[in-house]
Amino acid sequence: MKIPQKTVHKFLRHGKKFPHVWCPGCSNGIVLGAIIRAVDELGYEKDDMAMVSGIGCSSRMPVYVDFNTLHTLHGRAIPFATGLKMVKPKMNVCVVTGDGDSSAIGGNHLIHAARRNIDLTVIVVNNNIYGMTGGQYSPTTPTGAKATTTQYGNIDPVFDLCKLVEGAGATFVARTTAYHVVEAQSLIKQAFEHKGFSLVEIVSACPVIYGRLNKKGTGPQMMQEMKERAIPLKAFEKLPADKLEDKYSRGIMVNIDKPEYTAQYQKLIDSLQPKEGDK
Amino acid sequence: MAKKTTKKNVVLMQGNEAVARGALAAGVNFFAGYPITPSTEVAEILSVELPKIGGTFIQMEDEIASIAAIIGGSLAGAKTMTATSGPGFSLMQEGIGYAKITETPCVVVNVMRGGPSTGLPTKPSQSDIMQARWGSHGDAPAIVLYPNSVLESYELTIRAVNLAEKYRTCVVLLSDEVLGHMREAVDIPEINESKLIKRIKPTTPPEWYQHYPDNAKYISPVASFGEGYRFHVTGLTHDSKGFPTNRSDEAQIQNERLKKKITHHLDDLVQVEDYLMEDARVAVFAVGITSRAAKEAVRSARSRNRKVGMLRPLTIWPFPDNVIREKFKNVKAVVVPELSEGQLLNELKRVLRKMNIKLYPIQKTNGELITPDEITQAIKEVRK
Repeated sequence: MKIPQKTVHKFLRHGKKFPHVWCPGCSNGIVLGAIIRAVDELGYEKDDMAMVSGIGCSSRMPVYVDFNTLHTLHGRAIPFATGLKMVKPKMNVCVVTGDGDSSAIGGNHLIHAARRNIDLTVIVVNNNIYGMTGGQYSPTTPTGAKATTTQYGNIDPVFDLCKLVEGAGATFVARTTAYHVVEAQSLIKQAFEHKGFSLVEIVSACPVIYGRLNKKGTGPQMMQEMKERAIPLKAFEKLPADKLEDKYSRGIMVNIDKPEYTAQYQKLIDSLQPKEGDK
Repeated sequence: MAKKTTKKNVVLMQGNEAVARGALAAGVNFFAGYPITPSTEVAEILSVELPKIGGTFIQMEDEIASIAAIIGGSLAGAKTMTATSGPGFSLMQEGIGYAKITETPCVVVNVMRGGPSTGLPTKPSQSDIMQARWGSHGDAPAIVLYPNSVLESYELTIRAVNLAEKYRTCVVLLSDEVLGHMREAVDIPEINESKLIKRIKPTTPPEWYQHYPDNAKYISPVASFGEGYRFHVTGLTHDSKGFPTNRSDEAQIQNERLKKKITHHLDDLVQVEDYLMEDARVAVFAVGITSRAAKEAVRSARSRNRKVGMLRPLTIWPFPDNVIREKFKNVKAVVVPELSEGQLLNELKRVLRKMNIKLYPIQKTNGELITPDEITQAIKEVRK
C-alpha cells in the first residue's frame, strides 16, 4: 500500500469505507478535512476523540475517521454525546450534524445542551436542505427557495442557528463557509479548545440537489457565492442596511467563559465525598 | 417461615425506591431521565445517591434524550439506566431499537400506568406488555422482566442490569403504579460482588477486534469508547466490525445474531413462579401486581380443597412457552386476570393453541386492581 502523504490520511479509516457516499461538489469532505487538520494541530490522540452524528449526509462523516465513532438516530446526536461526555468528561466529543438534524428534529436537544454549557463541539454543516432524503426544505432553507416540498417557493422564515444557540446560552459560537476552509479549520480548533458548549456553523453547498433546484450552478459557482455573501463580522456590522440583503456574517459571534457542565457536576461529586475528620 | 435475619436489614420500602436501591446495588453509575408519574421516585432517589458514589445523574430535556444519553453513557463504559412510564416509554421506542441493534447494554424501567395516551397517570395498568415486546420497529427480540413485590423489584432490577451486561441489549423492567408506590417491609439481601455481571472486555488487539463477531454463543466481549479499539457504532445494519452494510448475507447474519442470542439462552432467561401447580386442575395465569390477588384467590381455593394453582412468569419476554405447556399439561382451565384488554391472554392463546384448555379472561382497564374475590368468583365459575 502506498504510504499516506497527507495529514488527513493519518486519520481516515482505509479499506472498504471508501469511496464515500457524498455527491460531486458537496462540502462535507471539505468540512471533514478541516476537522481532521484541527485535531491534528491540537495533537489530540485518536483514542481521546469521539465523533458523534445524527442522520443525514453530513452525519455519515464519522464512519470515515479513525476515532471512537457513533452514528446515532435522527436529531439525537447531542443527547448521545451528552451521555458519553458525562461518563468520560476527558474525551473530546465532537458532534457533526446537518441543519435539519440539529435544528428541526434535534432542535430541543441543541438548545438544552447549549443551556447546560456542556463541553461539546457541535459542527453544523448547513446546506439549507435535507439532502439524503432527496431535497425537502429545512428550517434553514431560505424563504422563497425551492425544495421538493416547496415547489411553489418556501414560505417558512429561517432559523439563524448562531443566534438560536447564543440565546440558549452557548459560550462559543462561530460561523464560516466551506469556501473559507482555513478559517473553518481555525474556528473548529478554537471550538475544541473552548471549555463549554461550542457551535460552529459551516455554510456549505449541495449543488446536486439544492443547487439544481434553485439554479445555483455548479459546486464551484456555489463556492463563489459563499465568498461573495459571507462577510467578516466587523465589516458586516458596518454595512448599511440596504447592502445587508443576501449577506451574512462570518467569524466568532460569541466567546465567553461560563462554568462548564461536567466540571460543575464533578464539583458536586467532590462536595459530597466524606472529608477528613468526618465520622 | 423462620428467618435468621437481624432487624437491621428490614426496612419499609416503596417499589420505586427498591428499583433505585437495586440499581445502585447492581453497579448502575449513570442515570438519565425525565420526570413522569408514577416513576419519578426512581430518578429522585438516584439524583441524591449517584453523586455520592461518584456516579452521574442527569435530568434530560425529554425521554428521547434520556434513552439517547444512557446509550451514549453505556458506550463510554458505564452501567446505565432510565425510568419512565407509558407516554415516555412510547417516546423511547426508537432509542430502545437503537440499543438493541447496536447491542449496547442499558436498562429501561417502565412503571406502567393507564393508557392510551396520557390516560390515567396515577392508576396502575399492565397494558405495555406488548409495547415492551414490539414497541420499536423491526424484529429485534426483547428481554422484559416484571416483579410482583417490593423485594422482587429490588432483585429483578439487579437481574435486569446483569442481563443487559451479559446479553449486550436493552433490558426492560416493568413495574406498575401500585407496585411502584406500595410499601412493604423488605429484608434487603446482601449482594455479593460475584453475583454482579460486568460486560466482558476484549483481549484481542484492536485491529482484530470485532464489535459484533459471529460466534456460537452470541455473548461476546465488548470494548468501550476510549480503550484503544476505536470502533464504529451505527443504527444502520452493520457488518461484524460495525460498519454499515447493504449486503443481504451480512444483514442476515446480524439479524440472526440478535435473535439467537436470546433464543439460545432461554434456560438462563426464563424465570417462572409455580405456586401449587403440581396437582392443579385449574390455574390462574397472572403477572406483576395482579398475581398478588391471584395468589390470594388460589390460597382461598386450596382452603376449600380445590385443586387450583398459579403460574407467574417473572420474565415476560422471552415468553415462557415451553414452561407453560409443561405446567399446564393436566390443567383443564386457566383464569387470566390482567389490567389490559387481553395482551397476556392472546399470547397464552398462541402458546396453548394445540391444547384443550379453556381460557377465562378477567380484564380491567379502568385503573382499578383486580381483587382476590373477583378471581375466586372466576375460579368457581370455571369449575361449574
